[in-house]
Amino acid sequence: MIRVILPQHLRTLARVEGEVQVEVEGVVTQRSVLDALEARYPMLCGTIRDHVTQKRRPFVRFFACGEDLSHELPDSPLPVAVARGAEPFLVVGAIAGGS
Amino acid sequence: MSSVRVLVGTRKGAFILTSDGKREQWDISGPHFAGWEMYHVKGSPADPNRLYASQTSGWFGQIIQRSSDGGKTWETPGGEKMPSPGSMPAGASNKFVYDTTPETGKPLTTHQWYDGTQHPWEFKRVWHLEPSLTDPDTVYAGVEDAAIFRTTDGATTWQELAGLRGHGTGPKWQPGAGGMGLHTILLEPSDPGRIYIAISAAGAFRTDDAGKTWKPINRGLKSSYIPDPNAEVGHCVHHMAKHPARTNVLFMQKHWDVMRSDDAGESWHEVSGNLPTDFGFVIDVHAHEPETIYVVPIKSDSEHFPLEGKLRVYRSRTGGNEWEALTKGLPQRDCYVNVLRDAMAVDTLDSCGVYFGTTGGQVYVSPDAGDNWAPIVRDLPAVLSVEVQTLP
Repeated sequence: MIRVILPQHLRTLARVEGEVQVEVEGVVTQRSVLDALEARYPMLCGTIRDHVTQKRRPFVRFFACGEDLSHELPDSPLPVAVARGAEPFLVVGAIAGGS
Repeated sequence: MSSVRVLVGTRKGAFILTSDGKREQWDISGPHFAGWEMYHVKGSPADPNRLYASQTSGWFGQIIQRSSDGGKTWETPGGEKMPSPGSMPAGASNKFVYDTTPETGKPLTTHQWYDGTQHPWEFKRVWHLEPSLTDPDTVYAGVEDAAIFRTTDGATTWQELAGLRGHGTGPKWQPGAGGMGLHTILLEPSDPGRIYIAISAAGAFRTDDAGKTWKPINRGLKSSYIPDPNAEVGHCVHHMAKHPARTNVLFMQKHWDVMRSDDAGESWHEVSGNLPTDFGFVIDVHAHEPETIYVVPIKSDSEHFPLEGKLRVYRSRTGGNEWEALTKGLPQRDCYVNVLRDAMAVDTLDSCGVYFGTTGGQVYVSPDAGDNWAPIVRDLPAVLSVEVQTLP
């Protein structure tokens, strides 16, 4: 199982507390994790990546194992520790000011 | 005894204010969707317990929420948690995709940008939700970048009425300072095919065939800030209002100027009259007196607050031109709030109630058509929209 930590607003939207776990078949990548996440929690569709282009929303970042993976290719394998469930995949709302 | 439910959208959540017909004692519910920008919350005239809300965020984009119990509980239509992984997600209630198909859409992909160049249409958010007068599952959505969408399945899926964006003048539309939003949708009770909309800064438009074809209705508008002040499009309409029983009469608060049309928008004439300033955002019509209208004059487009620090609603009982200041219960010194375009509403009780919200977080009510005002709440986040439902 892949562990995913969502930002507070998306946890509220998905009606979950703490981290969520999703099952991914095959290579564990950003895309496969997000596909599994949206399949389980359809209300998250469009909030992390664009509905049509599937690109990461500008103020959403991805982290794992202490590294910023936001600019990795969507089909690049995630760290082994994430694939094994030892470390979570973090979806983070960027610190981007606002009001 | 009748009651009222006021639906307030703010920069940091939605609030629901309820009272009996006296409108003196209020219960406050919220914040709903705390921390999110709630551009608009509106109830269905066909089923008052069916509410729709536009929830947006610079981080996570657009969400549409729906309630079937008057706002006690909410859901994202089609976005329910799946019982097991592997099911294909529905999750399209926030999917607003411009129609560019050759069959129903238009291959129009650009509008005018601030620098005069052409710019692609990019969905940003839903500014306004207008539920059908007859079907709780049908709703129109006005969005930025300007377009109108419709759902017929309770907001589970949305389709663009692409005839508006593609009717021909689209490449001349350009964003106002607040973006290029479609913010006003008026449905005509006597003619299901007729819809009026308004866009900043393109102008007003009308369809007579339920959204298939549209035409600009801006003749008579004058905007000195654009190259051709009498242009067919390019006018910064801030809001429009009409009385449900007056088929062809429209009122408009333009960037500057308060305007009136008596022929369904075919022509407009100014009715600013003795207003101290005719800049502003809101305009609304008394529920029982079609010639009684309300505006909140704002000092100017560079100073978005009331004149002289006095918050005054102006009322005309003559359909414009002759205006009186309504001040009882409103702050008359040191007040520098704004009242945004969707932040005024009227109820339909015998003594018509008028409501408006401010960027300072106050929501005011007048239970007697504007003669006397009182704050319902004083310290909400900045108010983006106010709607009211009159309940049996």
